[in-house]
Amino acid sequence: MTTGFWHQVRAVAHRDLLRERRSGDVLWVTIPFGALALLLVPLAVGTDAKLLREIGPGMYWVIVMLFGVLVAVGKASKETLPQQDASSLLGLDPAAGYVGRTASSLILLLIFEAVVGAVAVGLYNIDILAPGWLALTLLVVAMGLSLLGTLTASIVNSTSAGTALVPLLVAPLSVPLLLGATQAYEGIRLGHGILSWVLLMIAVVLIVAMIGVLTARPMQES
Amino acid sequence: MTEPTRPRENRTEPLVVLDGVGVRVGSTQILRDINLEVDAGEVVGLFGANGAGKTTALRLIATLIRPAEGKGTVLGADLSTPQRYDVRRRIGMVGHVPGIFLEMTLLENLEYAARVAGVPLEQAGEALAAVGLAGAADRLAGASSHGMQRRTEFARELMIDRSLLLLDEPHSALDRDAVDLVEGLIERKAAEGGAVVVVSHDRDRINAIAHRSVELRGGTLT
Repeated sequence: MTTGFWHQVRAVAHRDLLRERRSGDVLWVTIPFGALALLLVPLAVGTDAKLLREIGPGMYWVIVMLFGVLVAVGKASKETLPQQDASSLLGLDPAAGYVGRTASSLILLLIFEAVVGAVAVGLYNIDILAPGWLALTLLVVAMGLSLLGTLTASIVNSTSAGTALVPLLVAPLSVPLLLGATQAYEGIRLGHGILSWVLLMIAVVLIVAMIGVLTARPMQES
Repeated sequence: MTEPTRPRENRTEPLVVLDGVGVRVGSTQILRDINLEVDAGEVVGLFGANGAGKTTALRLIATLIRPAEGKGTVLGADLSTPQRYDVRRRIGMVGHVPGIFLEMTLLENLEYAARVAGVPLEQAGEALAAVGLAGAADRLAGASSHGMQRRTEFARELMIDRSLLLLDEPHSALDRDAVDLVEGLIERKAAEGGAVVVVSHDRDRINAIAHRSVELRGGTLT
């Protein structure tokens, strides 16, 4: 009996979420540190409410980018060689493995964005404007970061370069996401159209998704 | 190559053919000029000192690494051709280091394997019961002994229909009952027309169950 692509995607995502539930790496380590990072900013720039309100959204997106990539890379690279071998010998399609790991990271990143976002709103008194567009931006950013982080972890796992490669791989592709997210919020705040920024982020998501799926098989064989 | 230790009844097309195969990891030559055929219904013992390349040989036969030189086929698939994940589904391997996920229970590990391999979920519990772990189904793998982890891996091999079974030190960390179970699995697999390659330091034990044995010395079969 063989199994389908999406069945395998669900199996891998379910596995990773189970592992996260037990280890609590994201819920009990990454999220508190992300919130702590937001708390530290006023210590550095002062407690001027107007200034904090102005820089708050930008700081939030920077924290989401930095910690978000760490979440995705960390989750995806947390497999030992015997575990990878065992999954391969179950007939796991590498592309299904990539999408499944990305899906679990996406769920965790959405939780991260929500919790840290609530802290940012409370701390910096940020206005929640155009909630529909904001939700879409948060979803696209989370998708982009989970795809990017999982792709980076796959590259790191299949080369001997180790984690030294991570910043080099992540930086170029996360910049458009950061730019798109901050500019989209600014556009909402100023009442400008933000479709072009959302489309930019969606383009990044599609490009990274395509690279990730198409390279998953060759990378496993390398 | 040593003499056969146990007669085999039927000879059919070989499931494994290695013809002058060499494997390099980085600049280090691990295996060189390996010539080996394993027929259906055959149990082959593979001996060798520490660092002789036994585990690498198993990973090569499992199609998890590609040969740097020579040619070969496993279950009819060319070893130098990428994307063999459909073939891998028919190859079982129990390595020296368990490839199960420590944050998941023993049953969850088998259910994950069942989901990916397309096996009905209820067979996970049955396989666990077959290796005497029904009472430990909800125990975390990380809180289980090495022997229980290995039993779980053998349960996975019972659950999934494999044509080729690769076992690295299968008697290690197992009690008498589990050893009987493993040897039963090996005999059953050979009787069903599959093939088994067993790596071990215990020559007497392997010679008792293998049809023939080979030895790796300095990366070459003798």
